[in-house]
Amino acid sequence: MTANVRSHSIDMSSVLRGKEVSQQPNETCIKVENLNLFYGEKQALHGINMEMQKKKVTAYIGPSGCGKSTLLRCINRMNDLVDSARIDGKILLDGENIYDKDVKVAALRRRVGMVFQKPNPFPKSIFENVAYGLRIQGVNDKRILEETVEKALRGAALWDEMKDRLNDNALGMSGGQQQRLVIARAIAIEPEVLLLDEPASALDPISTLKIEELINELKEKYTIVIVTHNMQQAARVSDYTAFMYMGELIEIGTTSELFTNPGKKQTEDYITGRYG
Amino acid sequence: MIRLWFKSGVPWIWLNAAAVSTCLIMIVGVLGLVAVRGVGHFWPHQVAQFSYQDEGKQPQVIIGEKVETSITPTAMAKSTGFIMADDEDTLVQYLIKTGNRDVTGTDFRWIQKRNIKEQSEPADMMVIERREWGNFYGQLLEVKENGKTIATGEQAWPVLQTKIDEALAIFKQITHLEKKEIGAINYGLERLRLKQRKLELKNSLDDAAKQEIAAEKASYDAEYKQYQVQLAELYQKIRRDSLVAKTESGSTKEIPLAKVVRAFQPNTMSLFDKIAHYGTKVVEFLTDDPREANTEGGIFPAIFGTVMMVMMMSVIVTPFGVIAAVYLREYAKQGFTTRLIRIAVNNLAGVPSVVYGVFGLGFFVYILGGNIDQLFFPEAAPAPVFGTPGLLWASITLALLTLPVVIVSTEEGLARIPSSIREGSLALGATKLETLWLTVLPMASPAMMTGLILAVARAAGEVAPLMLVGVVKLAPTLPLDGNFPFLHLDRKFMHLGFHIYDVGFQSPNVEAARPLVYATALLLVLVIIGLNLAAIIIRNNLREKYRALEG
Repeated sequence: MTANVRSHSIDMSSVLRGKEVSQQPNETCIKVENLNLFYGEKQALHGINMEMQKKKVTAYIGPSGCGKSTLLRCINRMNDLVDSARIDGKILLDGENIYDKDVKVAALRRRVGMVFQKPNPFPKSIFENVAYGLRIQGVNDKRILEETVEKALRGAALWDEMKDRLNDNALGMSGGQQQRLVIARAIAIEPEVLLLDEPASALDPISTLKIEELINELKEKYTIVIVTHNMQQAARVSDYTAFMYMGELIEIGTTSELFTNPGKKQTEDYITGRYG
Repeated sequence: MIRLWFKSGVPWIWLNAAAVSTCLIMIVGVLGLVAVRGVGHFWPHQVAQFSYQDEGKQPQVIIGEKVETSITPTAMAKSTGFIMADDEDTLVQYLIKTGNRDVTGTDFRWIQKRNIKEQSEPADMMVIERREWGNFYGQLLEVKENGKTIATGEQAWPVLQTKIDEALAIFKQITHLEKKEIGAINYGLERLRLKQRKLELKNSLDDAAKQEIAAEKASYDAEYKQYQVQLAELYQKIRRDSLVAKTESGSTKEIPLAKVVRAFQPNTMSLFDKIAHYGTKVVEFLTDDPREANTEGGIFPAIFGTVMMVMMMSVIVTPFGVIAAVYLREYAKQGFTTRLIRIAVNNLAGVPSVVYGVFGLGFFVYILGGNIDQLFFPEAAPAPVFGTPGLLWASITLALLTLPVVIVSTEEGLARIPSSIREGSLALGATKLETLWLTVLPMASPAMMTGLILAVARAAGEVAPLMLVGVVKLAPTLPLDGNFPFLHLDRKFMHLGFHIYDVGFQSPNVEAARPLVYATALLLVLVIIGLNLAAIIIRNNLREKYRALEG
């Protein structure tokens, strides 16, 4: 295992080569301020402070159980579903605290879409899966639905494969197709932010590649936060990378910098495969 | 060696296989017994004529169908008072269905094989199914019209058949007039009476209302008179013809054709005739009303009542059970209280059903029904409308009885839905309610159907509580008919399960009714299988549709 990870770190320079931080001006989209999260008595996140830039990809890396998924799920308040979870601190989305009392969770989640580790299409047709978010918002006009579904499927690079199978059950698709369908479903309601929780970890290499290409295209329009176990993947797709360990944010910086010149010893140990 | 054999698991497999085979054999045995006994009843049996003489008695002729054979060992026969010769090792007796209850007073008699002097199956032996007094066995002598003989001997049989057909057609008209037309008039008159009484109670019965009611009543009366004239005519016509037949004792018996359902000569029937006869008998059994204290005729009202009651129960229990399960699983805070509620629900399933019957009678019928009557039907007092056992209360009682099953299986279905699906929906901005309605409940629908299937299976077979809350031996009208408001939830109804009990154990003529018990039991099983199959097909379709990420 260690040997494998070490070989990753050797590859890293080739992955990063030619990768430039885009020249677009940076603008903060999400700002996390002093975020603490407790599951019952146990504290899972310790005083997290970070910023994520608009229309950039930010990757969270770190060993299993370090709190990266938990942090991701704070951004669209998915942790509200866990009875024992208690949160203090702030997360500002475009300057507004999403944990304010008068924030409507459903409305927030429309702005912050999420894709999970395991593809979770609904047992409905492909069309209905993508149209689900719109139907919830009360859109029932057939033309609008059709247009949006097409746009979303094109956006998720699924349209050409699926345009003749829109009425088939989504559960009949392959894992990679399902995951792209789930992404299409998320972008159909045009969120501002996309949260991807290890979106490729259940997929084969070719599907993974497709998802990564897709992420590169999607960042033109969306702010993306991705959790990944795979450091090569983080290096390939992200502009910024945050390293977390034991519920704490150790370091955040541009991807090329973090991988080539980590500021903290712990980060260096992790990306060179000394632990994790 | 033996230890090795045990370790290999072979005996364990054999034990399992034996258990399964035993179950299968028992099920097949039960169904087979019921099927053979019940299905055979409608077959036209040969009618035999015996010359018979018991010791020390006059010789006599006995005509009838051999129904059963009993073989008794000599010793036992002796101890019960039979005189046995030394060379006889068994006493063989036959149960003969002799019919002619109006002549001899019994339908059946046992005869001893050794006392039969001669046995034959004369071609002209005739069986007449009658509306009263059971079957008649004998030989046709002549057919009469208005008391005058119109056919005798050879010609009598074909003439009789055409005359019976005529009489049956008239009888059908009479039933239609009495049940449908006059029934509707009676129903209308009763409603008028209630309307008048209601106005009286409200003190608003003025002259205009009185006149209106009187006018309506007059029109009903006129209609009724018209039907009465028609009826009188028909009755005169149907009473015109009769037949004369010779009984086993040689006496003659005149039977009015109005009382005859059918006459046939089984000894001359070809196999094809017998099959045709069997077919009509089965159709009659399935579609006709019962006759003669339920021991003859059909059981259509019981089939109808059973299906109707089960359907009503399903309509009541499904929403209740599903809503309760959704609350318990999705909304209620899981903890001590919900655990307590679950235990209580599970225990409800174990309460003996007759207890539900008592509860239904005490609470639904007397308290709920009584109050409904006071509030909404004061004009009918003192006659109860809903304050008496009926279809509605029976359905609700059974719904209560089967509620735990639906709750438990719906809860299991809800628990099985992966949280990733819920999260997927919530992440798209759906509220909890939207998530429930759009994804969770549809995906749990196969489980709900499973609950419903179990509920139907249990409810359709229940008899004990129904006896208290709505089932009767003979319901004059179906709970669904052409009179507004068409579905009469307050009516009592008949039920296959109770019918079995009634025919088998409460009937004045147990011997005659026994095959019907089997036939009805078979039908009850078939009805339950039918209802279950329908639900299973629906469930499998749903399963196919929501093949929930099981792979």
